[in-house]
Amino acid sequence: MSLLGIVNYWVFVALMMLGFYALIARGHLVKKLVGLSVFQASVFLFYISLGKVDGGEPAILVDDPTTIYSNPLPHVLILTAIVVGVATLAVGLALAVRIREAYGTMEEDEITEMDRTA
Amino acid sequence: MIGQLPALQVVVPLLAAPLCVVLRNGTLAWLLAVATSWAALAMAVVLTGQVLAGGPIAYAMGGWLPPWGIEYTIDSFNVLILLIISGSAAAILPFARHSVADEIAPEQHARFYSAFLLIMTGLLGMAATGDVFNLFVFIEISSIATYAAIALGRDRRALTAAFNYLVLGTVGATFYLIGVGLLYAVTGTLNTADLASRIAPLLESRTVIVGFAFISVGLMLKVALFPLHQWLPNAYTYAPSVITTFLAATATKVALYSLLRVAFAVFGAGYVLERLPTEAILLAIAGTAIVVASTTAIFQKDLKRLLAWSSLAQVATIVLGVGIGNAQGLAGALLHMFSHALTKGALFMAAAVFALRLGGTSLERLQGAGRRMPWTSAALVLAGLSLVGVPLTASFVSKWTIVLAALERGWWPVAGFILVTSLLTLAYVVRVVEALYFRPSAADAPAREAPLSMLWPLWLMVAGTFYFGLNSSIPMRLATQAAALLLGVAP
Repeated sequence: MSLLGIVNYWVFVALMMLGFYALIARGHLVKKLVGLSVFQASVFLFYISLGKVDGGEPAILVDDPTTIYSNPLPHVLILTAIVVGVATLAVGLALAVRIREAYGTMEEDEITEMDRTA
Repeated sequence: MIGQLPALQVVVPLLAAPLCVVLRNGTLAWLLAVATSWAALAMAVVLTGQVLAGGPIAYAMGGWLPPWGIEYTIDSFNVLILLIISGSAAAILPFARHSVADEIAPEQHARFYSAFLLIMTGLLGMAATGDVFNLFVFIEISSIATYAAIALGRDRRALTAAFNYLVLGTVGATFYLIGVGLLYAVTGTLNTADLASRIAPLLESRTVIVGFAFISVGLMLKVALFPLHQWLPNAYTYAPSVITTFLAATATKVALYSLLRVAFAVFGAGYVLERLPTEAILLAIAGTAIVVASTTAIFQKDLKRLLAWSSLAQVATIVLGVGIGNAQGLAGALLHMFSHALTKGALFMAAAVFALRLGGTSLERLQGAGRRMPWTSAALVLAGLSLVGVPLTASFVSKWTIVLAALERGWWPVAGFILVTSLLTLAYVVRVVEALYFRPSAADAPAREAPLSMLWPLWLMVAGTFYFGLNSSIPMRLATQAAALLLGVAP
């Protein structure tokens, strides 16, 4: 395996942990969603790295029969997963806006405190 | 037409959902949703007949043959799940009208029914598909619709509950996606059957073990198995009553179905039960979950929250059945999915009626409602008996099957544990009964029985728990066949 391949997987794990950490440690709802997005994006990179074939061209059919193509299937899967991620993020941001309207804040601690005293 | 049923089962509600939005009118959308759910139930019943008569059905989506195309496989395991989903929807949607009119702003009605149908589509798809990536897509379809539907609850805490579920649910689904990616990395396929044959020589590889771990943890978040249950109590308490009823009857069970399907059909029973310490882990987790969740339920002051904690305990009972690790335990677990869907559906329907007529579901408000709303209260008590597992009810049959499975393995403590924890269930059911019948009503308490359109689905569910308690041959046959199928032995 080339160095590039290994680097890809290290980046995947690093991004995944960064996103996961932000998701858990941050109290602000939008920051949580940013963490969630980074976490999801890391998985997209993981899948795309899986599809890389050494010396592979983009999977567009050309006349030369000796061409090696990269595996297009993970790309297609990730196209779907990106759409899912966008939809989740949209719903999450919409909820954050509604929470801001209802509570007047987006800090998780303050919301918890308001619910406890309510 | 009949040959296309596995696809139509999922496609019909999927197409009806946007139609609901286009109709804009709440009543028309409701009629369409009811018609769709009944059509889905009819299709599930026909599929059940076909599977019972002719064995599993394989369907190649769009004519693309597996392993390249997406395959839908319908066998005795998932027809049981399809029946649970479409049957619950078919009973809950007629019931929904009054509750939705009361709890949700009129201009949102059409969108509400659209979200309901999307949840149903996602769950049906999760049950029908034979492709692990397609499963991810359906998990997310049902989840995203669920987040939106929970946020429609009246209380502002519904918003935070939905947000928390969104964050945790997405983490769960993404974990599942990572697991699938790891499996794809070593096998190059996504079809369940194809994966199973290619993964067999690779089972000791670390990639496969890590993939299994990611998939299990991700789906267990969706199952809300203790200690991954954080999102559930608030979500069930503050969601619109109709959504709570539907989710409690179906969602966690379908997630557990997906986990069992991937674990047993891809990795194989031998790997899951013998190579890995699954039995010990599941018994420990499920046992803790049952005790913690049941005890917490006893101290709740709100009926919906009490039932939510009870759901956690009941799902753990299903997991306990799986953890016993023999065919009978698995059959009992599947049967308990079915009986608990009926029972908890009926209980949350009763809670929805109380929310409508009494303006809330706190036990304080319920005081003395036994006299003022006799039919609803009686239904709640009967469903509560089924929850405890009193003989003649559906839950008795399933719990008994699990107890027998434990005895078959000579595990007396486990059998005793199930019987003793039924007493915890009895304790919280008694608390509700006490509030309903043995406490005086407040002087100004509203006193109207539920509308007939809500009573008949409620009593239909209650009748179902007793019918399947007396005559459980069809679900029992499906569950036994499914357990044999999963363990790879002849029934």
